[in-house]
Amino acid sequence: MSDRTSDASNRAPSDVDRSNLDYGTPDKTYLDSNELIINMGPQHPATHGVLRVILKLDGEKVLGTECVIGYLHRGVEKIAENRTYTMFNPYVDRMDYCAAVSNGLGYCEAVEKLMNVEAPARAKYIRVILTELQRIASHQLWLGTHALDIGAMTPLFYTFRDREEILKIFERYCGARLTTHAFRIGGCQYETYAGFEKDVKNFLAFFAPKIDEYEALLTTNRIWLERTKNVGVISGADCIALGVTGPLLRASGVKWDLRKAQPYAAYSEFDFEIPTGVNGDTYDRYMVRMKEMRQSMRIIEQAVSGIPEGPIMGKVPKVIKPPVGEIYHSIEAPKGELGYFIVSDGSTQPYRLRVRPPSFVNLQALDLMVRGLLVADVIAVIGTIDIVLGEVDR
Amino acid sequence: MPNFIMSYLDPKVTVTPGSAGNQFWALMYVLIIFAGVSVAVICMNWIERKALAHFQVRLGPMRVGPHGLLQPIADAVKLMIKEDIIPAEADQFVFWIAPMIGLLAAFTVYTVIPFGPSQAVSDMNIGILFMLGVSSLGVLGIVVSGWASNSHYPLIGALRSSAQMVSYEVAMGLAVVSAILMTSLNASGTGTLSMIGIVQAQQQQGVWFIFKFFPLGFIAFVIFAIAMVAETNRAPFDLAEAESELTAGYHTEYSGLRWSLFMLAEYAAMIAVSSIAVTLWLGGWMRPFPNLLHAPAWDFIFSLFPGLTFGGLAAITFIEAARMPTQSFFKIQRIGLAVFAALLGFIALLLLVIAVAGRSADTSVAARFREGIDYVYWFVLKVAGFMYLFIWYRATWPRYRFDQLMKIGWKVMLPISLGVLVVTAIVGVIFS
Repeated sequence: MSDRTSDASNRAPSDVDRSNLDYGTPDKTYLDSNELIINMGPQHPATHGVLRVILKLDGEKVLGTECVIGYLHRGVEKIAENRTYTMFNPYVDRMDYCAAVSNGLGYCEAVEKLMNVEAPARAKYIRVILTELQRIASHQLWLGTHALDIGAMTPLFYTFRDREEILKIFERYCGARLTTHAFRIGGCQYETYAGFEKDVKNFLAFFAPKIDEYEALLTTNRIWLERTKNVGVISGADCIALGVTGPLLRASGVKWDLRKAQPYAAYSEFDFEIPTGVNGDTYDRYMVRMKEMRQSMRIIEQAVSGIPEGPIMGKVPKVIKPPVGEIYHSIEAPKGELGYFIVSDGSTQPYRLRVRPPSFVNLQALDLMVRGLLVADVIAVIGTIDIVLGEVDR
Repeated sequence: MPNFIMSYLDPKVTVTPGSAGNQFWALMYVLIIFAGVSVAVICMNWIERKALAHFQVRLGPMRVGPHGLLQPIADAVKLMIKEDIIPAEADQFVFWIAPMIGLLAAFTVYTVIPFGPSQAVSDMNIGILFMLGVSSLGVLGIVVSGWASNSHYPLIGALRSSAQMVSYEVAMGLAVVSAILMTSLNASGTGTLSMIGIVQAQQQQGVWFIFKFFPLGFIAFVIFAIAMVAETNRAPFDLAEAESELTAGYHTEYSGLRWSLFMLAEYAAMIAVSSIAVTLWLGGWMRPFPNLLHAPAWDFIFSLFPGLTFGGLAAITFIEAARMPTQSFFKIQRIGLAVFAALLGFIALLLLVIAVAGRSADTSVAARFREGIDYVYWFVLKVAGFMYLFIWYRATWPRYRFDQLMKIGWKVMLPISLGVLVVTAIVGVIFS
């Protein structure tokens, strides 16, 4: 035991030999030791589902963490090998179930790219509108739960109230609220319903003051500042080294957004900015996401007013049989780079499908971000990474 | 009726039953306060859930009784019939006794809280010291419960809360001292530690201590108001039971009635510390402007307030009953609400009758009751304001982190309260 007191903070808990720790009898518990190893999760109110984090603590200070994942593993990638391309489409909605529309967009575009077809302009616009609405909904959910983790109860109810308006639009569009299955390979199955544009515009008008409302509660709140400033700092270089993407990367000052870097769908036609942070702390990530919501509103506004007429499905055969080959296509999901790597053997089913989920990759940064901080910061950092365990475990 | 009962209803009595040696009325007061605080906790439970819900654009309890009025009772029944789990590896006896310690500490404080010049169980000459001492014992219950649970989260919660309570007691104590210092600014130059004496000192000096030597009294009050939130483990200082971090903190392993004892103790402690704040800075039982508007006519007008308050509540309840949906499903709820309104109206009527009957300061029993109701009403109204603040804090603010909490306690509040104390002493010497 004594040999790991000096450099304990530099090691991951997995380096620690736990075999000599005897948990057998009550009088031989943690109380003999200066270090406390506690299990946070999988049943814990603030681990956003079934994440299990083994924390090694010195009092309240975190010496190391170890994430244990897989409690929500459903073998999505293996399922893909036994389904046709069309049949697999709804499964991707169940990965990041808080941003199902984005998942669907990534998958449909990957298969389209593999088949070398393109969705018509109108379909692309509809995709952009729905995906950006989904981004706002995802960020709202993140904001509510993140604030709740830090102890502010009220924003949760405000964000859920406003997220409802987005879900209503989804429901009217495709009949589902969460696992939408909104897009099809080659375009969209559904034409927009009468009044779609009006609903979206109404939402934009409704939502603009609501962001101000969230910000009024949090942005300049002294306690919020103290809890988030300089907490979970990660540098841009570390983000790139770990493959961390999305708002985390941008908050660390790296201006990288796939919507600008590798435009897909109709994003090259819209005018928007990439918000970035400076310090790479929890507050910057909060601000980046708040600004992203406003930028998403800008994109939606442009898309809904410039939505072209025309067909909504491209020239896609009834049976989807991509040529032999492989493809990697990634989009900017609300949580980061969502990539699909598909290997086709020329049959109706993928030979192999691999998902690059943003939550899973971003979660790697947890240990780096929380080491040396306090238990309360672990919760704040898990919240700020914005993980969805359905996507982490797949 | 026996003499020891009637003697205390005489309006000439100006001391508490404890000081007068009237054991019967001391016991009666204990019972009344115990029942009253328990009822207040139940009401507070409902009000907190409703107010918090309305802060958060939702309705709160609506199912059990009209507007969820019977929800606390349903909760209490549920908690009582729940299985009482004691973890196998817990220290059984300590686990069993821990909530009792907390509850005992929270309720013992009420022996010296003055609801009126003679409306207290006892008037101890070291009242405020006794109060601070006993309320500090509450931390023992928390520490012991966390320890006895033999589990990680409760242990961390207990350690957090003990560190927090101990460090905030220092700033709190110094703020209290600066208020006590103000009681000595009279002709004889002697202050008092008696809770009743402190309020009477404010009456003699003609100013609530919150406004004394403005802003000195106000700063001391604010420090106390912050420290008392930390002391009772309420948001934004609710680290000991931070749900998102420690699941439920020190009472994670508790269930059923034992858990509800912790809740009862928490709310009782909230009311107790609010009572201290009211007593020390907000003039305790005094109605607004007792010296300025001291004519008997003003006395009479202010004594109508309790009745009018209940009358207003009754009116609101009647309107709500009338606004209930008309479906037959709501019929019983509408009747229930109307009966409740009638009850409130009856209380209002009773209070008004007492106010009118006891309007002249004669020696009748009615005058004594009128006086007592006045004192208790103004005291409870001020405490209720603090209770509302507790809810408001909880709805608005995130939670502090442990090190920040300690930093504020030791590096911000303690120096300020020390400074206020010193400046108050100097100013007091100059102006007296």
